[in-house]
Amino acid sequence: MLAVLSALAAAGPFVWAAITTFKQDSDLYRRSNNPFGYNEPATSDHLQFLLTGTGFGTFAWNTLWVGVLVVLITLALALPAAYSLARLDRPWAGRMGIAIFFVYLVPPTLLFLSLSRLVVALGLQDSTWSLVVIYPTITVPVSVWLLIGFLKTIPKDIEEQAMVDGYSRVGAMVRVVAPLLFPGLVAVVVFAFTLTASEFIYALAFISPSAQKVISTGVPTELVRGDVFFWQSLSAAAVLVAVPIALVFNLFLDRFIAGFTQGAVKG
Amino acid sequence: MGSSAPAAEATARTGEPRVADLRRRGIADRDGVLSWLLLAPAVVYILALVAVPFLLAVAFSFSDVTGGDPSFDWVGLLNFERIFADPVFWRSLRNTFVFTAVSMVFIVIFGKVLANILIADFRGRWIVRFCVLLPWTTPVALSTITWLWLLDSVFSPIDWVLRNLGIIQSNMFWLGQPTLAMISVIAVHVWRLVPLAAVIMMAGLLSIPKDVQEQAAVDGAGYWRRMFEITIPLTAPVIAISALFGAVFTFTDMTVVYVLTRGGPTNETQVLASWAFFRGIEGSDIAQGAAIALFLFPLLLAAAIAILRAVRGMEIS
Repeated sequence: MLAVLSALAAAGPFVWAAITTFKQDSDLYRRSNNPFGYNEPATSDHLQFLLTGTGFGTFAWNTLWVGVLVVLITLALALPAAYSLARLDRPWAGRMGIAIFFVYLVPPTLLFLSLSRLVVALGLQDSTWSLVVIYPTITVPVSVWLLIGFLKTIPKDIEEQAMVDGYSRVGAMVRVVAPLLFPGLVAVVVFAFTLTASEFIYALAFISPSAQKVISTGVPTELVRGDVFFWQSLSAAAVLVAVPIALVFNLFLDRFIAGFTQGAVKG
Repeated sequence: MGSSAPAAEATARTGEPRVADLRRRGIADRDGVLSWLLLAPAVVYILALVAVPFLLAVAFSFSDVTGGDPSFDWVGLLNFERIFADPVFWRSLRNTFVFTAVSMVFIVIFGKVLANILIADFRGRWIVRFCVLLPWTTPVALSTITWLWLLDSVFSPIDWVLRNLGIIQSNMFWLGQPTLAMISVIAVHVWRLVPLAAVIMMAGLLSIPKDVQEQAAVDGAGYWRRMFEITIPLTAPVIAISALFGAVFTFTDMTVVYVLTRGGPTNETQVLASWAFFRGIEGSDIAQGAAIALFLFPLLLAAAIAILRAVRGMEIS
């Protein structure tokens, strides 16, 4: 009962957005009409407008490939760093881990002014590549932090045993630790991608041409012309983006949580 | 070297081929060097794209850099004097704290409740979890847009329901009145971050060994007693972490305010982050924007240290 209630509270705005998507203008803009039902026949005009008449496809594509590249860069940087901090027993490892996590607390709002200068210096202004370069600043610190946690859940003995059996440290890392780390890795990938897709400030500050925009900035800027909001198309965009991401995340939720808890259970 | 070969053979026979191994291993096996090699890319990247811009932002706040005149001239504390003289700054500072504190309380409470719901086994659990995750996994700008429409001054369905129930006569103007606008902004923050808090807390709940709960139940502890004497103390560190995440996301976020109210009505819902953005980008006064944004950092740092300390203290006890 409570479950249904909370599901409704969480998903309510999206359900309503889905209803709005197929409404005719004359149905939508009448104050006395029931906003939860159709008072006039439903229409898919606004959905078609979103898909063919706007840059929605381009935005989605940009978000996707930026996200994938950012995730790859993040893993390439964060995985070795996390391994180093979690496994190699340097005396400063704990403090360094916390220092890296604090980097995450430096808000984009503080950095975007100077970063936009940097982006110009790199010749990347108004290009989606600027986001590929800058987004890992958001994802790397959290990922390092999460990966340290996941790595600590893998007993050290397993690795030491592998090294005794003749693997080098790198060999043990790749053949023994990596497969065990996989669930945690997936969680980090999903988390990093979600962060990238939601980012707003950098995308807003760095990029102005429509063709280079990502979903989170493209939709609110291109579908609002002055005071005119294309409500049905905006709603459709929100639903179309929300559902697939939530589906993927839901698939990996158990792994995400399993990775989080393994440490505590095993002590 | 000559003498190590027989030694290696000897240890190999006892099952510990240490010496031979040590020779085969190169730089990659000296922990000190390796740890820096592995850490270096991430650290260099962070220094280049976070530390340098951060220092640059600090420098900007002592300068007169604007969008139109990007030359750097030192002006000392002038920007800060101007900020302190501006009532909007104090308003934003207060709002930032109010938003963060109020949202955090609700996020922790609802997150806890939601986590308890989500770990229970029931039919249709999958669909409930899917619905619950939606607010967090959707890009903030998009989910906030749907709220903008939900809170529309004329066509808000919330008002429609209230009107038809006879509770109100005319619309509420959710985003047009200071108090209601603040409530709206907080509500959207809470709605969006509760799922994240719930997921983190689920992890904590699942880590409590089942036998502890069962034993307590056998010993006659009721649901609420178990909740307050076992579940909450054992998951306190996780609750603190989810509170930290909630606080950081609320504290530094400007998207909800930017999309929902643009700081209005008349800066009543302005927060530091959005005020810095309006000043720095739309007002083109980069120096002042940087100075405003700078206030976020020490406060965040203090909050983070406090919470991390609390977590550590709990882990030791």
